[in-house]
Amino acid sequence: MASNGIRDRVAIVGMGCTRFATHRDKSVGDLLVDAAQEAFASANVKKADVDAYWLGTFGSGVAGLTLSGPLKVDNKPVSRNENYCATGSEAFRNACYAVASGAYDVGMAIGVEKMSDPGMMGIPFSMPPSDGTMSELTATGGFALLTQAYAARYGIEMSQLKTAMTHVAWRNHRNGVPNERAQFRSEVSKEVISCAPPLAGNLSIFDCGGLGDGAAAAVIVRAEDALKYTDKPVYVKGLSFVAGPATGALDPRYDFSHLPEVNAAAIDAYRQAGITNPREEIGLAEVHDCFTITEILIMEALGFSKPGEGWMDVLAGKYDLDGELPVNPDGGLKAFGHPLGASGLRMLFECFLQLRGEAGARQINNGRALALTQNLGGMPGEQVCFVSVLGTALS
Amino acid sequence: MAGILSYGAYVPRYRLAREDISVPLTVGVSAAVTGLRSVAGFDEDTTSLAVEAGRAAMKALPHGAAVDGLFFSTANPAYVDKTNATTIHAALGLPKTAPAIDVIGSPRTASAALHNALRLPDASLVVLADVRAALPGSGDERDGADAAVAFVMTGIDQPVLAELIGSASQTAEFLDRWRLPHETTSRRWEERFGQEIYIDLGTRALTSALVRAGLAIDQVDHLVLGGLNGRAFKLFAKSSGVKRSAMEDSVASQIGNAGVAHAGLQLADVLDRAKEGAVIAVVTLADGAEALLFRVQDTQSGRPSERVATQLAGQGLRVCYSSYLEWRGLLRREQPRRPDPSDPPAPSTLRAEAWKLRFSGSRCMSCGEHHFPPQRVCQRCDAVDRMEIVQPQTGGGRVVTSVIDRTAWSPAPPITVAIVDLDGGGRAQIEVTETDGVAIGPGSRVELTFRKFYTTRNGIHNYFWKARPVTAQGAL
Repeated sequence: MASNGIRDRVAIVGMGCTRFATHRDKSVGDLLVDAAQEAFASANVKKADVDAYWLGTFGSGVAGLTLSGPLKVDNKPVSRNENYCATGSEAFRNACYAVASGAYDVGMAIGVEKMSDPGMMGIPFSMPPSDGTMSELTATGGFALLTQAYAARYGIEMSQLKTAMTHVAWRNHRNGVPNERAQFRSEVSKEVISCAPPLAGNLSIFDCGGLGDGAAAAVIVRAEDALKYTDKPVYVKGLSFVAGPATGALDPRYDFSHLPEVNAAAIDAYRQAGITNPREEIGLAEVHDCFTITEILIMEALGFSKPGEGWMDVLAGKYDLDGELPVNPDGGLKAFGHPLGASGLRMLFECFLQLRGEAGARQINNGRALALTQNLGGMPGEQVCFVSVLGTALS
Repeated sequence: MAGILSYGAYVPRYRLAREDISVPLTVGVSAAVTGLRSVAGFDEDTTSLAVEAGRAAMKALPHGAAVDGLFFSTANPAYVDKTNATTIHAALGLPKTAPAIDVIGSPRTASAALHNALRLPDASLVVLADVRAALPGSGDERDGADAAVAFVMTGIDQPVLAELIGSASQTAEFLDRWRLPHETTSRRWEERFGQEIYIDLGTRALTSALVRAGLAIDQVDHLVLGGLNGRAFKLFAKSSGVKRSAMEDSVASQIGNAGVAHAGLQLADVLDRAKEGAVIAVVTLADGAEALLFRVQDTQSGRPSERVATQLAGQGLRVCYSSYLEWRGLLRREQPRRPDPSDPPAPSTLRAEAWKLRFSGSRCMSCGEHHFPPQRVCQRCDAVDRMEIVQPQTGGGRVVTSVIDRTAWSPAPPITVAIVDLDGGGRAQIEVTETDGVAIGPGSRVELTFRKFYTTRNGIHNYFWKARPVTAQGAL
């Protein structure tokens, strides 16, 4: 009984990512074709070279046919994966394991979401019918539960916490400005962010990740084959995925001031990757800033900040682009945008660029060769979480 | 002796100031109108009001007494063709063998439900509830009230709180009040016409009942009137010959005429304060007249923990006129751009009945852990299928964290949702209602209350439990 991991067994040799935006002129299929073509070119492969596909989409299509039809995949395996907002990461994880097993030589993980067509505010997808006792609470409302509990547990004034949340939104918007693939590319002042009216709890529109349309893809091969495709492969050091027992709203022992699933996934991924001091070993992190408060709690769950100090570290600029451990250098869900099924792969895309030195104006050069992605789904108290660690060198 | 074993009342907390009606409606409402009417919240209907009243009556029931039937009377049923009493039956956890029957239509059905229960060999729960919807600017809008009341009655000889000592009926066919089944608002003939007839009918019924009880009119200590003809009340009280002090109008004067629930609610208020041996006459003036005479036997048992007077006085929750109209479906507003709630499927609703309608949870018999809703695998000790069904210990709890969600779909946004640790163990995520003017946060006390969440496009009423703040004055 163990989570052994597949450290250094597979590598990403090519990736693609569309701009995240309200793509009125592109269908789900169009977005998938765009991301796949870019990833094929990046990996120097043809469609015929890819042996199997893992498609991640939360609600924009069902079955592998959602990909095989538009891309004209010729009778090859396409698995459809879904795991809430961590769907893209789940597709990636399954592709990695299949390639590591030796079953396939070349695998593609591809994630997509079309959020804008239904014209709804917030996440436009309906859940399966229940017994009618499920609360109508939105994701914004669910995550806003964290602010009150976190402030209460650590005796933080709500205004202080809001200042730190505002910093997260301000920094991630700022990081997105030079990124031509980001959905939002304007800097927003802290005054504007902090004065916006609340949607739920003390979360305003600026505390929310930006929902959008987009797709991203990765080509995965065995590590020993990687140099045949590229001279700058990115190796998978650790992959963890956990689904919590969903007892946050049932179990009085949980206090809504921390994210246990994220912590469990991080511990597992660090162990697989041989990381003992994440704060000092990891060079950058792409994390699930679905809401500003989430990012603050993720800093603690990943071990970057001590419990109760995440908000202070954020305010001190520790996670800014020029800080000790840059977080969401591409703008994150906040500025890059959040097409649910694509976001996990978009995080990997930024790490792929950064580790290969291809991130342009936002390139991070802090001498650390490891990058981390963290992607979650669900509500506080009932979450799934994915954490990956990537590196440029085999150990 | 046949009579009342226990009772309980439920007056919704919201009040509409009658003078607020006259501001937007400059025509048709007298400027001199004052006072308050009670208003069922947006998430209440006659069924949910009935559950709350029924809970209070069941809680007040002397230890060891059992209820073997349920009669639900209303003039504003949530459903027809489907029985509403079965929802109340499920929410109260009554035995499957206890029949639950709707007695719905006119206010006369209330006295029929009460009177019939007093003739049955078993103990029955009789619940009377009304939501008096009416057209803007009408007298019914101004004078109506929303409320519910419940009595556990027995027809057999056993110790009771109030004994039935006489009864009589008068039936008459004439046009005073009517409403077509699909309409929400009642119509009436000139009120004085009905008034004239009701004086005679009421007098005949009361006189016959007094004769059967061997009493004279001046031995009536409390006169409780029901029906929709408010003009007839005052005149009847005068002409009947009862003592001046016997006329009871605390309900009408404080919240308005509660229709089907009116006489019952007034009776409950009298029972709260009546002395041992007091004679109470309940006369319902509705398409005839029904008189019931009670004598108070026991002033110790069967009374609910919260007095009717407290509920009538209200807790200061005001509803503005536009919200009131919206709640009654008389004003349609723009809906948020969110998916409409879907129909809860009948099979999953049935499977979840104990949780959904009764708020039942499960307790692990291996380690004692509580789970709301019921679980098969214990979240604490991993035992599988070692659960017993439990109810929340008190129906109250403490907020761990909460949020006001302005983007969630609701018939009356915004919603407040809280994580609540329940007294006696267990936790649940619960929507909080009646939060007006109350700051909900870690440590706030709340209590469970049965509500209608919404009605789907397909006409399915989705009932479930919410929490409401426990105010400083105390609560149900």
